[in-house]
Order: sequence, then C-alpha cells, then structure tokens
Amino acid sequence: MSKDILEIDDNSFDSEVLQSEKPVLVDFWAPWCGPCRAIAPLVEELAAEYGDKIKFAKCNVDDNPITPGKLGIKSIPTLIFFRDGNVVDKVIGMVPKSKLEGVITQV
Amino acid sequence: MKRVDYDLVIIGGGPAGLTAGLYAARAEINTILIEKVVPGGQVNITDFVDNYPGFPDGISGPDLVKKMTDQVERFGLEIENNEVISVDLSQPIKNLTLNDRSISTHTVIIATGASPKKLGVPGEEIFSGKGVSYCATCDGPFFKDRVIAAVGGGDTAVEESLFLTRFAKKVYLIHRRDQLRAAAIMQHRAMKNDKIEMIWNSEVTSINGLTHVENITVQHVKTSDIQQLHVDGCFIWVGIDPVTQYLANAVEFDKAGFVRVDLNMETSVPGVFAAGDVRNTSIRQIATAVGDAAVAAYSAEQYIENILK
Repeated sequence: MSKDILEIDDNSFDSEVLQSEKPVLVDFWAPWCGPCRAIAPLVEELAAEYGDKIKFAKCNVDDNPITPGKLGIKSIPTLIFFRDGNVVDKVIGMVPKSKLEGVITQV
Repeated sequence: MKRVDYDLVIIGGGPAGLTAGLYAARAEINTILIEKVVPGGQVNITDFVDNYPGFPDGISGPDLVKKMTDQVERFGLEIENNEVISVDLSQPIKNLTLNDRSISTHTVIIATGASPKKLGVPGEEIFSGKGVSYCATCDGPFFKDRVIAAVGGGDTAVEESLFLTRFAKKVYLIHRRDQLRAAAIMQHRAMKNDKIEMIWNSEVTSINGLTHVENITVQHVKTSDIQQLHVDGCFIWVGIDPVTQYLANAVEFDKAGFVRVDLNMETSVPGVFAAGDVRNTSIRQIATAVGDAAVAAYSAEQYIENILK
C-alpha cells in the first residue's frame, strides 16, 4: 500500500479525520469489493499528487463497521471528503480520476 | 502524408478494448487505449464469471481483468487514463478531444460498452448509494440479514439475486412479466432458493424512505393493484444503455442507440470500428466482446495497411 495513504479504523477516525487540521479524503473499501480494488490505484495516484494539501485515508468497512454505519454508507467504494469534522462531498462508485480531481480541487 | 499521432485509438478498456489492444500491440500498430476509469469495465463489478472458456472452475471478475491487463502489458500496449469528450470523424484523419488535448488517428475502435439502465422512478436517484444499487458484489454484504428487492428478469437480475441470498434473509425478485428471461439453469436455481420470492407481473413505481430506502411501491401490471414492500435495499437490473454520448451523431446507431456495424465490425464511417456491448448485437457477453474485438482489430489493421500503401 502507498505510504501516502493512512489506514484508519473505528478508534482513530475521530482523531485522524474529524479533528484533522487538513481536509481528509477517506476511501471506504473492503477486500471483497472488486471496484474498490479497481479504483485503489487512482486514489494512490491522487495521494501522490495532492498528498501535501489533503490527508488521504482508507477505512476497511469489514474490520470497522461502526464508522461506515454512522455515515450511512451502504455502497462501496465510497469516498468522503471531510473538512473541520464535516462531510463536504461524497463520491460513490467507480468514477473517472478527472471527477475525483475536480472534487479535490474544490475542497 | 500528414502526420498523425496514432494509427489506432481504442476508446474503452473493457474486455473488447483490451482484446483489440492485444491484437493491435502484437501487430505492432501504433496504438493508444483511452480508459476513463480503470481497465476492465463492467467485469470489475461481476462477482463470478462462469461462462468464459479457459477457466474450468470459473474466475472472479476482477481476477479476469487482472489477467487481461497483464497480458496486454506484456506486449507494451499504451493505456492512458483519460476521457474522450468528443470526436470528429468526418475526415480521413480522425480527431478525438480528450480532457487535456486533442489526438489524431487513422482508425478508431469504439469499445465504451454500456452502463446499467435506470428505472426512472421517484427515489431512485436520491437513494442511490443509500439502499439503491446496481452492483451486488459492491453492496450485497451491507445487507446481511436484511430484506432486499431485486428488479428485473434477465440473466443479470437472476444471477445477482442468487448472489444476494448469501447475505440477505429475503430477496423479492420483481419482474414485470410472468416468466423470467434468464438462462434455464439460473431460473432453476432461483426457483429452488428458499430466500427468493418472485413477484410476477409487477413494476416498482417508487422507492421510499427518509434517509435511506425503507420501502418500495409495487404495482401489478394487469390488475393495477398497489402494494408496499418493506425492504432495506433495492437492486436494479433492467438492462443496459450503450455509452455513446461523446460520439454525438458521428456514426450510425440502431433504434436502441447501439452503434451499427457490419460483419467486419466497421461502423457507417470508414476506418471507425466498434466492438463489444456498445454495438448492435443479440448477446452481450465477455466472450462475444472479445470475439468482436479480434475482428475489429484485424479490420483496423487491414484499413491502415491500405491507406499506407
């Protein structure tokens, strides 16, 4: 896994995401999810390009059911952008890199 | 002769695009494949492929994609993550507008496939990702011990409903006719499965809830009787739409909007070919996409040889 992407869990979600100084993009995924594996390289590319401005994180929904449950996630991959503890944007499913970039540059 | 960027541009990186790329790379044609998301297309969201030859025990969709991409990489196919926004196919040298630049080419293979059709009912859009889904392998596990509605009657609807029974405690399979269109073997499996309850001759007219799907409204097509079904999710498999917006009217389409081709996979425009789910065909399978693409790549090669003579 890319060193640019932080692995978070139900315990660290609060401190690493909600209380983060930087905006955070969290990639909610699971090992059984083909599309999640498919977009993982795109997220890694984005982390390499925008990692200085935005914190990139990923959360395995199998191991950490509480956080996706609270956020009402019923579909993965779901990418959620947080700023100052609030959800500012959400992208569900396999989407082009250009769309993710569009969201990132607005965040 | 005017300089062009490529001899062949393949649009789309599903099984058709990757196969066309494999043949083109092996024929040493100056080729680029443009893929807007990631290679593999719809196969990425297919749990299990049991009807593609060469895999006696079947293979998972993502694993098959990996094998196909590894194979084209071995022959050095250039794949770019980009999107074709529009095309100009009116001249012998074709121009494609991408996100960040334009490229010129002698030939094009259209392999952009298709995407799941929407039902077009109230609630579908707002609950997308909140209980409305088009992908059982992505979202099925979120519905452990829950009740799910599945809409459709074809192969995909029945196969994916069976997959959902691994998680859900009940799956209503809602079909507007009184029999399924799916392959006989899938029908038998569905009928034998205790968790699947058929709702025949019925259409979903709305998907309802507060913050996520809570119930759906179903209407009987003959009696017009209406009932509410309490469900936690609604999976929709009512067919596919070809992905052709970027083509505008550059090639001819059939009535349903699929790209019309001849036996050489050539479209109404010389030097422009189409392969796979995006073209007019009676069956849309990985095996047929791959076959189309081999023909399309060969036809493109012949076309290029002719103009370079």
